[in-house]
Amino acid sequence: MANPSPITYDNTALFDRRPLHFDPGLRRNRLNLLFTSIAGIFAAIAVLPLVLVLFHVLMQGGRLISVSLFTQLPPPPGLEGGGIGNAILGTILVTLIASLIAIPVGVGGGIYLSEYSSRGWFAQFVSFGTDVLAGVPSIISGVFVYGIVVATRIFFDQSYSAMAGGIALSVLMLPTVIKTTDEGLKLVPQELRWGAYGVGASKFVTVMRITLPSAFTPIATGIVLSIARAAGETAPLIFTALFSPFWPEGVFNPIATMSVLIFNFAIMPYEAQNELAWAASFVLVMMILGANLLARWISRMAKV
Amino acid sequence: MLTDSSQAGTGPVNPNRNLDADAFTLRRRPPSEKLVDLGFRQLTLVLASAVAIVLLGIFLTVFQGAREAISSFGLSFLTTSSWDPVNEQYGAFIAIYGTLVTSILSLAIAIPLGVGTAIFITEDLIPSSLREAIGLMVELLAAIPSVVLGLWAIFVMEPAIRPALNLLHSLLGWTPFFNTVPQGPGMAPAILILVVMVLPIITAISRDALNQVPLELRQGAYGVGTTRWGAIFSVILPAAVSAIIGGVMLALGRAMGETMAVTMIIGNALNFDLSLLAPGNTIASMLANQFGEADGIQVSALMYAALILMLLTFAVNVAAQWLVRRLSLRY
Repeated sequence: MANPSPITYDNTALFDRRPLHFDPGLRRNRLNLLFTSIAGIFAAIAVLPLVLVLFHVLMQGGRLISVSLFTQLPPPPGLEGGGIGNAILGTILVTLIASLIAIPVGVGGGIYLSEYSSRGWFAQFVSFGTDVLAGVPSIISGVFVYGIVVATRIFFDQSYSAMAGGIALSVLMLPTVIKTTDEGLKLVPQELRWGAYGVGASKFVTVMRITLPSAFTPIATGIVLSIARAAGETAPLIFTALFSPFWPEGVFNPIATMSVLIFNFAIMPYEAQNELAWAASFVLVMMILGANLLARWISRMAKV
Repeated sequence: MLTDSSQAGTGPVNPNRNLDADAFTLRRRPPSEKLVDLGFRQLTLVLASAVAIVLLGIFLTVFQGAREAISSFGLSFLTTSSWDPVNEQYGAFIAIYGTLVTSILSLAIAIPLGVGTAIFITEDLIPSSLREAIGLMVELLAAIPSVVLGLWAIFVMEPAIRPALNLLHSLLGWTPFFNTVPQGPGMAPAILILVVMVLPIITAISRDALNQVPLELRQGAYGVGTTRWGAIFSVILPAAVSAIIGGVMLALGRAMGETMAVTMIIGNALNFDLSLLAPGNTIASMLANQFGEADGIQVSALMYAALILMLLTFAVNVAAQWLVRRLSLRY
């Protein structure tokens, strides 16, 4: 065996001396730049649709905003003018019905999952069910409510109704509300509950006066977002709430909503109807973006 | 109800009260308080079961509605493509094919875009204010209602991309996939609008997965002298891959069930055409279009189609839950 030469500082042949400064010409650095640009282009493409959709909704819908838009009924096919007053009212009404059902049930279910269940089989089954329900296509909830409410005519022998639409939307809101409540409550430090028990509070009082209020922010954020989502839903409404060209006639009759109005009027061959669809999109998008900003504001308030 | 708990502690306090051992005995829980506690527990239990009941109700309602169609068409419903209300012959092949093709092709486009965007906004390539702005915009894109995207797709997107589709037809028209002249609504625009709709999901979940990769792992990669993208490809992405795949599966479930935008732009064909430039149909769009006006066995056939859609999305979502829940970073 040859005697290995000792490594000394002048034995430079053993080390491939790379320059220590950044050399943009190296293959690895050029590849790096290439991939960074590709990722940047992808991000730009991902943002582009939002910009374009917002631009067109603002331009096409914004110029149609007037008082009559909010106060008048949509015109019969082929005629000009009119507004979407009944649809705005209907969207608010249907979303309100959905919230009145989904929020108490969802918050209650979330309280059970977080505060009472010891993560046994039932709790696991419910949270699995929540995830499955969240993945059920929205149109299926429409089919479901059609089957149990519309087809069976359980409400005073009425078929299509605002009530049925609200129930269908509540099915979509339920998993979101349960999940945000459960996760919000899980963030509450255990010490707070112990403190409440320590001064003699019962479990019910602890949940109502200590745990729920401390988790208010994440729960409220989730609820606002789920309401915004429900307000924009169309698929479950087209054969539950149906549509009505008139002012709402109570919750047990068909009702107009903005989303169904957009769907119906977008595919009509009349210019006036298409324009109303754009105007309704403007109002709907503004409401939903407003709700999203509100949710952001709520969660930011809590961080301060 | 609320006063029960405070009886022991509050009330007028006598400053001269002798603090003997008596004052510190454990408070007895009055029966009313026990009742309230128990009642509240039972109430939340019932409310929590609502999810299970609704889920079961959906399955039973759809299955019950579909039974007539299942017994008269059987499994040939899946492979035949005649949809003929006059002769009461129904087959859902066009819709099933359309559902699978549009959702899978849209994912094939959305995965690189979404994961690329997620990398761009997590890997410190740009200033944090820009990063947050892009993240916010992608989130807002998810909030735009499907029906508004459909409106935009009909009047803005489809006319704008038609020249590109025409080019595709003239270049690749000899293949069966592009052999029709694009004339407005069709599968290709539907795929593009689906890309827009699933992008936010893929981006958000990939972003969360990439953010969870531990800092030490990145530092280790940079420590051995790799470039940023060397670290991304060989360390960071492999570590986050199971969560990203879970997110992709969730997006697949969403794409299969997506209804309004697709219904408005896909053309709702009743005849089968292999071409992506021709009008197509999906299960969801078929339901949206026909359910309101159907009666008799057509309702049952539509319920059968809904059952198929439900089983498809159920399988995809369970797989996704499993992957997301594993979330075990592999490193």
